[in-house]
Amino acid sequence: MATPTFRFDPVEMPPEAREIRKEVRAFIKEHEHLMGFSRGEFNRDFSRAMGKKGWIGMTWPKQYGGHERTSFERYVVIEEMLVAGAPLSAHYTGDRQSGPNMLRFGTEEQKNYFLPRIAAGELAFCIGMSEPNSGSDLAGTRTRAVKVDGGYKINGTKLWTSNAHRADYAILFCKMSGDGKEEPDRHAGATQFLLDLKTPGLDIRPVINLLGEHHFNEIFLTDVFVPDNRLLGKEGNGWNQVTSELSFERSAPDRFLVLFQMLREMLRMAGPTPDKATAAALGKLISQLATLRSMSISIAGMLQEGLNPNNEAAVVKDLGTRYEQDIPVVARQLFPTEPELEAIDLYTSMIARSTMNAPRFSIQGGTREILRGIIARGLGLR
Amino acid sequence: MAIRDETRMLLESMNRLFEDHCTKQVADAAETGVFARTLWDAVAETGVPLAALPESAGGADAEWSDLYAALRVAARFSAPIPLAETMLAGWAAAACGLETSDGPMTVGPVRMADTLTLARDGNGWRLSGAATRLPYASFATRVVLIADGPDGEMVVGLNGTGGGDLAAGKNIANEARDTLSFNHVRLSSDQAAPVKGGVSRGALYRRGALARATMMSGALEKAMDLAVTYAQERQQFGRPISKFQAVQQNLAVLAGQTAAAVAAANLGIEALSEADPDREEFLIAVAKTRVGEAATLACEIAHQVHGAIGFTKEYALQLSTRRLWSWREEFGGDPEWAAKVGAYACRRGADALWPLLTDG
Repeated sequence: MATPTFRFDPVEMPPEAREIRKEVRAFIKEHEHLMGFSRGEFNRDFSRAMGKKGWIGMTWPKQYGGHERTSFERYVVIEEMLVAGAPLSAHYTGDRQSGPNMLRFGTEEQKNYFLPRIAAGELAFCIGMSEPNSGSDLAGTRTRAVKVDGGYKINGTKLWTSNAHRADYAILFCKMSGDGKEEPDRHAGATQFLLDLKTPGLDIRPVINLLGEHHFNEIFLTDVFVPDNRLLGKEGNGWNQVTSELSFERSAPDRFLVLFQMLREMLRMAGPTPDKATAAALGKLISQLATLRSMSISIAGMLQEGLNPNNEAAVVKDLGTRYEQDIPVVARQLFPTEPELEAIDLYTSMIARSTMNAPRFSIQGGTREILRGIIARGLGLR
Repeated sequence: MAIRDETRMLLESMNRLFEDHCTKQVADAAETGVFARTLWDAVAETGVPLAALPESAGGADAEWSDLYAALRVAARFSAPIPLAETMLAGWAAAACGLETSDGPMTVGPVRMADTLTLARDGNGWRLSGAATRLPYASFATRVVLIADGPDGEMVVGLNGTGGGDLAAGKNIANEARDTLSFNHVRLSSDQAAPVKGGVSRGALYRRGALARATMMSGALEKAMDLAVTYAQERQQFGRPISKFQAVQQNLAVLAGQTAAAVAAANLGIEALSEADPDREEFLIAVAKTRVGEAATLACEIAHQVHGAIGFTKEYALQLSTRRLWSWREEFGGDPEWAAKVGAYACRRGADALWPLLTDG
């Protein structure tokens, strides 16, 4: 056939993945009091404990504090943690994308300094991409860096920066200050920096989300100095780097597992002998989930082979967010309740939380429209 | 990575065979009620229809996963032949020590509501009941049926329709779906045998459902290929319609659903090697459910992208979509299988759901 098809070869998990699953489940049991539902909790103690187990930076080289485990073992750790609702926020960004990005583009000194600290659960990263006027259109970034003696001076504003108020570093995406004229190449001058969030000149202000919670921030950068040794990769290579970083972000299984507990509660509500319509509605969701999981494991297989499953990751994220957004929709049809966030009844609080969280699933990490654009490009249409 | 060289070679040769022998003219002609004999003979020549059988029974001990993959290729070409049915008929007959045939065979019952009963008659049998919507029964050289005998399920092998009354029918892709009725039809003792080797009505129904799910994933690949190609060729407003974002977004959804269908069918195929029959049923149910959902969404988009031309008999899209709409309901539609998935998961309990998904 003429049309390129996306590759999701069936993959069998190696035996060591089964072993580690047992270990992870035991660890989760030990830390049961820290598990939650779709909260994105930031807990440095938990991250350090995971670091001690060797479950951060699992696939990285040992010389940088990694553990040289397979992508499958990493996959198992992450999926078990996500399903349990473990508080991953203090290390997850570093593990998923900042670390791999540095591994690919960083200097020896950066890799030696940052990677072991991320892998130990000591150093928390956040993502400095979006801006007030640059969301999906990342190339429209207005934050500007100017070369000065010994480093760079940076001015601009970042927005929607999750955990900036708690993290240690951001990978900042910006552009080198040109001569003021419009560049014909919109990706020209793009550059990434490793930004210490304690640097003078940073003003980090909360943006409260619609659940009333503080995850987002707006970061104002006024003449912020970043030393030469904290340039990531090359000046002007930022577009290439940020694209790679986004593909790390999108290939993770967190795009369809954060509401798993809600599905589980729906089964509990249905009881052991549901009527046929209820069984069919739940069966449809379970079938979607089982399929997504097999596609996602197939992506882990491609990562293990050193491939770049960019298009496949976009497909899984697009299907995964649709599935997750359907969960509260199906729930309210099967088991109606008036949602209340602090309800004592677990299901009622879950439907409140998942209904309010649902819109962000198809926005964060690339909107549905952007992902479908990537898929269309993969089909050769753009 | 997981694809073996033998599999790749088999699929490439099947692909070439169908390219040569399964043109749109062949598929069109088969809809007039004439069996696609030349195509069948070419496929039979490869040995694929009976390849799952042990070498002692004239087969090649082939992997079912390879044979299902071959079904996917056949379905991409809308091959109007009972390939899946012959594979399954050969499996059921050979496992129970009954004769098979090089010719097209069919197998049933394909609907759970049908009943066939065998009663003893001297040293032979009498067969009663009806098998409805039996694929290609009018063209089958042998019909293999599972009936209820006095001591449990038995497999029956008939030459042709074997004295049954045939009422011709068809699905909306004009594939023969015939009803075969038996009113105390006399069978000799060697025409029936107790089920063995994992053969049962339930197992046949599962494997049939998985065959349809796999074939649907192939038909979806074809529909997607047609839609993507057409969008790049068709010009409106001075440019190919593939340049419009609205069309691109639809095609991206189509591609996602197609990829999900292939992945879901593969989940079911892998389950065939599971030791636990409940788990096999669960994963096949997942496959038929997810593929059925994909077919519904994808047919709609494939037609939308094509506009009016896709609604014509002249253009090939309908060969795929009419099959998808037919196969979606055969061996149980996705609502039926979804209810099985849900019932099974609920019976095991909420806290067993995650282990169910991961402990395979």
